[in-house]
Parts: sequence; C-alpha cells; structure tokens
Amino acid sequence: MARPTSRRPGHNRKAQYSLFASYVVAMTGAVVGLLLVAVAIFDPTGFSAIRIATAELTRPASVGLKNMVSGVSSVDEILASYWQAGSQNIALRKQVEADRNRIIEAKAVAQENIRLKKLLKLVEDDGSALLTARLIASSSTSTRRLARLNAGRWQGVRPGMPVRAPEGLIGRIHTTTPNTAEVLLLTDTSNIVPVRRANDSVPAISTGLGDGTLEVRALAAGRNPFKPGDLLVTSGIGGIYQPNIPVAVIVRIEGEIAYGVPLANPSKVDAVVVERSFEEVVTRSDPNVPVDAGAAANAIVPPGP
Amino acid sequence: MIDPHLQHVPRLGRQPSRWRLAGTPVITVMLGSLVTALPVIAQSPVMPTFGLLLLLSWRLLRPELWRAWIGVPLGLFDDIASGQPIGSAMFLWTVMLIGVDAIEHRMVWRSYRQDWLIATAAIIFCIAGGVFFAQITGGGSIKPWLVAPQMLWTVLLFPFVVRQCARIDRWRVMA
Repeated sequence: MARPTSRRPGHNRKAQYSLFASYVVAMTGAVVGLLLVAVAIFDPTGFSAIRIATAELTRPASVGLKNMVSGVSSVDEILASYWQAGSQNIALRKQVEADRNRIIEAKAVAQENIRLKKLLKLVEDDGSALLTARLIASSSTSTRRLARLNAGRWQGVRPGMPVRAPEGLIGRIHTTTPNTAEVLLLTDTSNIVPVRRANDSVPAISTGLGDGTLEVRALAAGRNPFKPGDLLVTSGIGGIYQPNIPVAVIVRIEGEIAYGVPLANPSKVDAVVVERSFEEVVTRSDPNVPVDAGAAANAIVPPGP
Repeated sequence: MIDPHLQHVPRLGRQPSRWRLAGTPVITVMLGSLVTALPVIAQSPVMPTFGLLLLLSWRLLRPELWRAWIGVPLGLFDDIASGQPIGSAMFLWTVMLIGVDAIEHRMVWRSYRQDWLIATAAIIFCIAGGVFFAQITGGGSIKPWLVAPQMLWTVLLFPFVVRQCARIDRWRVMA
C-alpha cells in the first residue's frame, strides 16, 4: 500500500493553513498536559475533582458487574493450587500441626487478655469502624494501585481513613467523590505503612512495590532482623492506622530488604471496613459516644509520604 | 411501497449520519478507556491499555479521520478513567500521534506489518511515559519491568483490535 495522500495538501493554501493550525492546537494541548502533570507533582490530588463525573457514572455499571463476576478473579489461584497440590499438601499438614499448639497458646492469651482488660476497665469495642462497603473497580491499566470503593463523602468517608478487611489491612482513602472513594492500596508504591513484627515489636516501614508485594525495611540499623514467615502488624505510629491490624507476612529476604505479601487480597475480600483515623479515635473525649458526622468532617488528613 | 425490512439493509447511494461517521471512533476509544470500570481489583498493571490500542487502530486504519489534536480530549478522558495523573495521556497520546504523522510522511510503502511496528513503538512510548509520569507525581519508585507484561500483551493484542476496528468501520460507513 502506498502512503495515503490525504495528509499532503499540495498547493491549496487553505488546506495548508488548516493542517498547520491542527498541529499548533495539538502541540498546545500536549504542553497543557505537561503543565497539568507538573501541577500533579506538587499537588497529587489537585485535579481529582474532574474525576467525579466518570466515577459516579461508572459506579452502577461496576457494582452490577461485580455482583455477576465475583468468582472469576480467583480462577488463576485455583489453577495455581492444582499445579502445586502435592508439595502444598505436605506443607499445609506441617502448618496445621504447628498451628494447633499456637491455637492453644492463643486461647490462653485471650483469656488472660480478658482478665487484664477487666482489671483496666477498657472497652473492647472502640467504635472506630465507620462503615462496610465493597471495592468495585481499580486502576488496572495504571502503575498506581488505586481501587474504587462503593461509598463516598455522603456516607461519611474522608481522605486519610484506613481501610481494612477481616484478614488484614487494605489501604487508606486517597480521594473521595459523593458516592465513591479511591482507596490507595497497601501495595501502591507510594503507600508507606509503619509496621512492627507481631511477636517482638521490631519496628519497620512497609512500602508497596506495585506488583502485589511489599518491601519491608527495619528501622534499626544493622543486620536484617526478619526471616521468612514473620507476621507484620500495624504499629499505630503516625496516627492513621489502628495498632495491631495484620498487614503482611515476610516471604523472602535480600540483604537489608525483606519482601512481604499482604494478608488481605483486595481482589478476594468480599467487603472492606472503613475506619476512622486512629488519632481521631483516641483523642475523643468519651469513648462511649459515637463520633458524629461533624467530627468525621475534621478527620485528620495524613501527611504525604 | 418499500418493504420495511429493507430500511435497515445497506444500499448504494445512502449516506450514514454525520454523527455515526464522526462519533463512532471517538466513542469506541472512550469505551476502551473505560475498561478500568470492570470490577477487577488488579494487584499489578495487567490490563492492556484498550483506549490507546483503539486510538492507534483508528489512526492507522483511517489516516484521514483525525488530526493530531484528537489526542488531547481523548487523552484527558483516559487520564480521568485510568487513575494516572491528569495530563499524562493527554501529553503522551498527542505526541505519539504527531510522531505517527511524521513517520507516515517519510515512509513510502506501508503495509500491515509496518503498521504493527509503528503501533509497537507507540505503545512502548506511551506505557513507559505513563510509568515516568506516575513516578514523578508521588508514585514512589516503580520498577520498569513491572509494566513489561502489560507492554507485551498490549502489542500482541494490536492485530486483534485492529480487525475489530475494521469491522466497526465497515458498519460505520455503510448507510
């Protein structure tokens, strides 16, 4: 095929000008795009307001589809588990043996906890949970890891609120629209979570890698204290996340860095719980009075990473 | 008396509506960008960039359809839908379209394989640029190999998408 001729206006002056003008418009548009990116460097959520329309319009479609295809996302895991069935079976059997002892220990610890809490007269339910909602879509083509939550500003969701599932931490609210909210997932490369090792409180910082795993760096200098199998929970430092939410389990060590896998998989959890910021919960005057909407409006916006 | 069934049969001498001629390509690209509304909670950037693929298909299939500035509005819409920083696809798509124009100007003979080659370069440019923009706007350190699979199957998907585009195009120009 020879090249198309329509792009070459020949001697027609008007067509030449029209072609030139189209390039001027295109270049201007490209420069405007570059400027918008430059603004986003300093204010990453600045222009998120113009996302409201699409987020709100696609919400019903996403919710409807979510109800239909909730099982599809786990197909790969089912195939993978067949692949490793034999070795996994042996490993799991060992795990069950090991866990049995731990469960007995945990029961004893739980009883002791109840006793100690009675002594301290602490309330078990601190009323930090705000609402339960579902994740309906995500930024599947982008390198940023954002998921869309089916609840927004009108339901009391504010930027900075932690989001968790029964299995563990999911992330925190990034931006909100009236009926939806973007959740910055734990695995996003800009999401930094202060964590500690569950059994001996070794402090560390977890950063997402964007591919579903986490990079964990111990805060103490010297040898890497982690080993595969270590459980990480939030430490409560920074005032966003409640302490003791399960975060990840360490799977691999490489020099100073440990690699972890989140305990809660956002594609598998059925519903997530939006909680109030930890600082807001602990600085309330009376723990028995639930926080009203006015207090939620003053939710602490997290400091940038 | 014309049989009412024949109203929908394409016939010679009929012009399709202007809305169908101009609107169909724009709407298909926008639907491609809206693939992120699917209820898939991805753990890594796995979804092929359908908006970009459709834009490239239309551009290479019908060079006279759009001027290069079409990348500005369509890119803005893709940014809104995709979660990338606003302005990233706006810039990358427009620059990519200008680049395709420049290549087309120099190339004397072109066939399907050259089209695929042009599309490959454009896809790699746009995805790599998107990674760069996500990185500088507070994305932290993103490793380049993270998007390698996405690049690969976006490139491999191009022939399929261009066929579907041609099919839609046939419907578009038939009255």
